[in-house]
This record gives sequence, C-alpha cells and structure tokens, in this order.
Amino acid sequence: MTTTISADVAIIGGGPAGLTAAADLASRTRARVVVLEREQEAGGIPRHSDHLGYGIRDKRRFTTGPRYARRLVDEALAAGADLRTETMVTSWDGTDMLVTSPEGRARVEATAIVLATGARERPRPARMIPGSRPAGVLTTGELQNTVHLHHRTVGSRAVVVGGELVSWSAVMTLKEAGCRTEALVTSHAAPESYAVFNLGGRVMFRPRLVTGHRVVQVLGRRRVEGVEVEDIATGRREVLPCDTVVFTGDWIPDHELARSAGIALDRGTRGPLVDPLGRTGREGVFAAGNLVHPVDTADVAALGGQHVARSVARFLDGEPMPHVAPLRVVGDAPFAWVTPGLFHPRLPAPARSRLETWVTEFVRVPRVTVRQDGRVLTRRALPWPASPGRVFRVPWNVLDGADPNGGPIHLSL
Amino acid sequence: MTTYDITIIGAGVVGTAIARALSRRDLSVALVDSADDVGEGTSKANTAILHTGFDAKPGTLESRLVSRGYALLSDYAAQTGIPLERTGAVLVAWTEEELGNLPGLRDRAIENGYDRCELLTAEEVYTAVPSLGPGALGGLAVPDESIICPWTPSIAYATEAVENGAALLLGREVCGIEVGPEETVVRTTAGDVHTRWLINAAGLGADVLDRELGYDRFTVTPRRGELLVFDKLASSMLDKIVLPVPSKLGKGVLVSPTVYGNIMLGPTAQDLDDKTATQTSESGFEFLLSKGERLMPQLFDEEVTTAYAGLRAAVDHGDYLIDADAAQRYVLVGGIRSTGLTSSMAIAEHVEDLLRDAGVALEPRAQVAEPPRMPMIGERFTRPYQREDLIAADPEYGRIVCFCERVTAGEIRDALTSTVPAVDRGGVSRRTRATNGRCQAFYCGAAVDSCIAAAREESR
Repeated sequence: MTTTISADVAIIGGGPAGLTAAADLASRTRARVVVLEREQEAGGIPRHSDHLGYGIRDKRRFTTGPRYARRLVDEALAAGADLRTETMVTSWDGTDMLVTSPEGRARVEATAIVLATGARERPRPARMIPGSRPAGVLTTGELQNTVHLHHRTVGSRAVVVGGELVSWSAVMTLKEAGCRTEALVTSHAAPESYAVFNLGGRVMFRPRLVTGHRVVQVLGRRRVEGVEVEDIATGRREVLPCDTVVFTGDWIPDHELARSAGIALDRGTRGPLVDPLGRTGREGVFAAGNLVHPVDTADVAALGGQHVARSVARFLDGEPMPHVAPLRVVGDAPFAWVTPGLFHPRLPAPARSRLETWVTEFVRVPRVTVRQDGRVLTRRALPWPASPGRVFRVPWNVLDGADPNGGPIHLSL
Repeated sequence: MTTYDITIIGAGVVGTAIARALSRRDLSVALVDSADDVGEGTSKANTAILHTGFDAKPGTLESRLVSRGYALLSDYAAQTGIPLERTGAVLVAWTEEELGNLPGLRDRAIENGYDRCELLTAEEVYTAVPSLGPGALGGLAVPDESIICPWTPSIAYATEAVENGAALLLGREVCGIEVGPEETVVRTTAGDVHTRWLINAAGLGADVLDRELGYDRFTVTPRRGELLVFDKLASSMLDKIVLPVPSKLGKGVLVSPTVYGNIMLGPTAQDLDDKTATQTSESGFEFLLSKGERLMPQLFDEEVTTAYAGLRAAVDHGDYLIDADAAQRYVLVGGIRSTGLTSSMAIAEHVEDLLRDAGVALEPRAQVAEPPRMPMIGERFTRPYQREDLIAADPEYGRIVCFCERVTAGEIRDALTSTVPAVDRGGVSRRTRATNGRCQAFYCGAAVDSCIAAAREESR
C-alpha cells in the first residue's frame, strides 16, 4: 500500500540550494521540512568535487567540495529537516507527487514545494558530435563520480572539451586519477573561467590550450583513440590522440519535474521562469539554485536557496504578497539568459540583489543597456568582464525606473 | 569431445531465434559468436519496428516470413514480456508522385495478405499526426505496424535456448570451417567446435563464411543507418510511426516513438565497404537534421538523447537467401535485412522445415523450458520501480540507480546474474536501459560500472 510523506515544505533535491533552504526553514520557522534526495548521500555536485574552492560566499570558508557537502547535510539535519536519501520523485503532475525508495512507493503531501533539482552537463550526443561510441567518453559528473565516489580509474591521457570553471575541476580530478590532460579544447578565443584561476590552472597542469576549435569527431573502437578538432576560423582539422575525453560544462537544468507539472519555463535558462522571490508560475511552487541559473558556483546556489526559503516562510505564514503582474526581463544577444526573468517595482530584490546572466561572447568592458518599449532606462558600465562559461552578475537596480504598466524589459551589452 | 547436432554461427536475432527453436527439439545445439553478448551486432541498432510486411515484394520468401514472423513474435512478446506496442503507422506523401503511388501500395499490401491499409486525405494525416510539418498531401494508414524493443528478443531467445540445454559459445571468432564426411569442425579463436550440421546466421559476415563452404553466390554490403533519439520530453509529439513513401533508394527516413518513451529519427542509408563502420557521421547528422526539420520541426526544441548507427546486411539479391545443402550438412541464412527482427521466429520455423526435408529428425525434447519472463523495460508498461509488491519483497527494486531511465539496483543485479548475463555496460543497458537516458551516465555511469566490477569479482 502506498504510504504518505506529509510536510509543510517538500524540497526536491538535496544539493547546496535544497539543503540550505531546508536548514533555513527548519531552524527559523516551525515548518516541517522534508528533503527528497535521489542519491545515496545528499550534498549534490560538491560531494564529488574533491578540491578547494567551496563555501566562500555562504560559509566564509575556503574548503573542499566533500567537506562543504557534509557541512550542509549536518546543518540541515541539526536544524531538524527530515532528509530522505535514495528517495526519487518519479512522477508529479502538479498535484499528485509519487516517490520510490527502498521503503516502497509513497505519495508526497506538502503545502509548499521547492524545486532544487540542479543542472547537468550536456553529454556528447546532445552536442551532436559524431563518431564512434567507444569507452572513455565522459562528462565531468561521471568522471568525478568515478574517481571520488567509486574510487575507480579512468584512462591515462585525456582531452577536456570546454573551458569553463568546471573544465578546470575536471583537469584536477583527472590529475588525481593519474590521467594527464593533454589538451583543453574550447570554441571560444580564450578559456572562459576566472582569469586568475585560469592562469593557476595553466601553471599547475600545463595542458595544451586549443582555443577557437570545435570537436568534430570521436575516434576509437573499443576505447577512445582520439578526437578530431577543427579550427573554426580556417577549417583546418587535426587529431588529438587520447584515451579519455571529458565533455565539460554546457549546462542544462534538470527541469523534467517542473515540465511534468506544466510549470512555465524560461526560454533562456530552460529552467522554471521565476520572479525575484523564487516563485514559479504555479502557486506554492518555488525554484532555487542551478535549476534556475545553470550554472553558478555552489555558494551562490546555496544563498539562492536561503533567499527562497525566506519567501517560502512568508508564503506559509499567509503573509500577503503584492498582487502584481510582473514584467518579463529578457536578455538580448550576447546574453544567453537572464534570471530572474520577472520584475515588478513592488516586489523585493532577488538573492544577493543581482540579476544572474550568461553571455555567449567575451566582453572585456561590458556596458549594460536596459530598454523598455524602445526607451533606454539605464546604461551601466560594469567593472568586471562578461565571459562565456561563467555567470555574469548585474546589479538588480539597473531595472529601477521600469514602468510597471509597460512592456518587457530588454537587456543588452 | 562433444559433437553437437547443430551449430549456429551468429548470435544475432536470427541466430538466437534458430537456436531457440532447435533447442526445443531432441538435439544438441551450440550457438557461436565472436562478440561477448548476444544481439551485439546489427541486431542491436535497427529501427525497432515490428513490420506487417505490407510493403514487401509480393511472392517473396521475405514477404511470407515477415507476415508469419509478425504473428509469431507478437505472441512470444506477450508471453515473455518483450515490450511491444501496436502504435500503427502513417505513410506520408509529400509530392504528387508519392501521392499517386499510395493506391498501388495499398494494393500491394493486399497481395501480401494485409488488407487493413486505408488511404488518408491530407486533413486526415494531420489529425492522425498533428505535429507533422507542413506540406503533406495525403497518406496511407497501416494500423498494425508496431514498435518493439530490439534488444529483448535476442536475449529472450538465447535464454530459452540455454535453459533447454543449448551451449552459448560467445567471444569466439570463427577462423575456419572444415567439412568432413561425418562432422564439420568449426575452428574458432577459443578452440574447435565439432558439429554435424552447421547453420550460417552470421549476418554481415555470412558471405565470407559461405565462401568457406565453397560457395560464391552473394556479397554483403554494409549499409549504414544512422539514427537520432530524442528526449522523452518529446514523446507527447507523436504516438504513431511516420513512414515515408518507399522509393528505389529504400525505406527512407522515418520518425517513430520508441518503446522506451523516446522519439527516434532515421535511418540514413549509406553503402560502405567496412563491416565495422558503426560510427555516426557529420553528413549523416546533417541529413537527419534537414529531414527532421521538415518532418517534425518541433522535435528540435528537445535535446538529442543519443545517436547511433547500425549496419544492415544488404545483399545483391532481392530476397532472403535461405538454402540447405544436405551434402555438406549446411544451411545458409543470408540476406536478412532490416525485416529480420520481425521475421526471426518465422525464419527459425523455415530453417526447421529445411532441416526436416534434409532428413534431420526433429523430435520434440521430452521436457522443454517455459518461455522466460524477461525484465520489463517498456516505458508504457509497469516497471519495477512502480511496483509496491516487488519493492516490499526486495528493497533493491526500490533503489533507483539510473535516474533518467528509473532503473533499480535490483534490475542491474538481475541483468548481471541472469541466464544470459550482461558482461559490460552495453549489456546492462540493453537489459535494463541503465545509462541510456538523457544524462548519458552523468549520474549513474560510475555506479553501474561498480555493479559490473562487483559481479565480475563474485563470479571469479
């Protein structure tokens, strides 16, 4: 017989955003909070990112991914959240939510739902890269699961595709697994991650940087023997020999549940369309973390979870929210996406009072222009570059002055 | 030293079907393949359709066996739990010429013994397939074309054969055949196999093997077919197979639901020389993109989950080539094209007839195993993760390892310990769907590899 999991708040996904939201709600309110996590251990991606760089903005620490993940779990448990691992939501039509766990099937009944299902890297087929299908083709997620959680080895010579922050994380994991990174291939003119880190990465590991190239084919029968790359400018091709190829970055949110419940998506992020409070288009359903900004660092996801927890608390208290029809916030090229995608002057600011955005090309001195109905609201030069492969943050107050009765707000660079 | 009554070379869908049929006779049977698993060659990468045979060439052996095989495999699927759905198909005409060919196709279907085709107006085509791209002029409904799991049949046949005592000799490449007066010796990379009768079901390699027996009657040309599989979130777009009107160049590109809940687009058709060239290509993808955008433009709003290529064993011969040589105690089962999945059980029946005519005694075995119950991997059937009773009896069926495809630890364990066990990730994925989903092993790949390694340790 199907049992029932009953709570005031059901949080789907026990990564940084979900666990932080759970800890915040369970410690600051009397709400019964349950976290539904499908993995054996909660903690999300940091569980298997065994290197430093975690906890800076939220915990004021500089720690490793696994330590950070354990701390988030401990804090959620200490606050009194009910953390259920190996518990996967297998269907949800917006009302009826069913889970499977080793204890059986259960129905989830909750007043509020927080979607914090995170994001994954696009695997090779989704990038439409042809060639053979040998062993040794991985994403960073699979690589780090293999090395850090299952303590297994990969090959000895790798090519890493992508030049994002996560690409360097892959390089570090490969090194730990005794696999040398022969080359880092990116279609952009320069690898996208933080310049200082990039420099550090180059000095520490010295892989060949193959910029302005795309992968056109994977080679090898049983095991990868190489990847063929093409110079985008000249069309010249060459084969980079390797026995392992890691496709990194190129994130897509795990939006399956949101979609099965008919929740409207943001065409840019492909995650649920949210307002600054983290509310989706469905009453009582919130979204946080890399599901809505694929992807930012774990600490920013965690702070987003905390921000949304405060909105959930207000919702549970029955605190009236302003009844407004928010405006769409749209990023024009080179913005790939902008979130939150909804704005209204009577709504509070989002987490960290920032718009999170993603650009498709490098702009060293970005000047953000905000327009509504053809009228320029703001032009703001920002002192940090806009770089593809990592979030470009824009102060929320660039939207000040938008007419609540006007049309969509457009951002451009 | 064992001398088998019958040795079948090739453990694809045809070879395993023959092994299954003969294992139910009072005969000793061996099944030999160079791969480490059954159904590991062409059989694993086809278009996964159970054909009515409506468009076969009337009067051919293929026409007869496809029609008979459709009925046999439909029944067997119901008994064993092979995922099968009678979705029906719509042939869509995009040009006046194609439109003009439709009545002829309906008449041909009737000649093939299939009388349920119906001509459709353009409006009726769009009612049947609302997501179809613009420009369709008319169509032909084929209500009994079905989609089927391409992997489970070979595994079910082989399982039943092994349960009836057949020897499954995998990982042995055949390197020579010596036909003697009483028995034939099959030389393999892992020792000799002695047999009285030899059945050649070697698919892409059938012509080479046939020459070892002194023949020179056909050439297999690998015809590569590339396919794209789209995310399950696309599944609401389509509930029928959409076929092009066949032309001289083959059956063309179709778009179809799969029994795993995805949408599939393909195949391409490219003749090659290399019988191992199962890689996908830039030109293949470009071709499928242009076709797909016309057939079903919305499809590209969703992600591609996977892409694969299969090699059809095309022959310079308009029909199946199935022939018994009583003097050499040899049966050739060649030229079995993409319809081989559908006709597999009828081919086995036909081979039995040929053996009987050649004087082989085909007495039923005193005790035969029941058809096996196969793990349910069809999306529209009840899967283990949904079964309260199963999880209560064994919590491993509640422990989901592959999230995208909802595959449990219990199913992966079963796949690794079954009668015809999986030996690698591909084998696990064909038995359970694990790692086949949209994340392509981002989450579960390492866990599945650990299960395989643990099973290997155990069996040592």
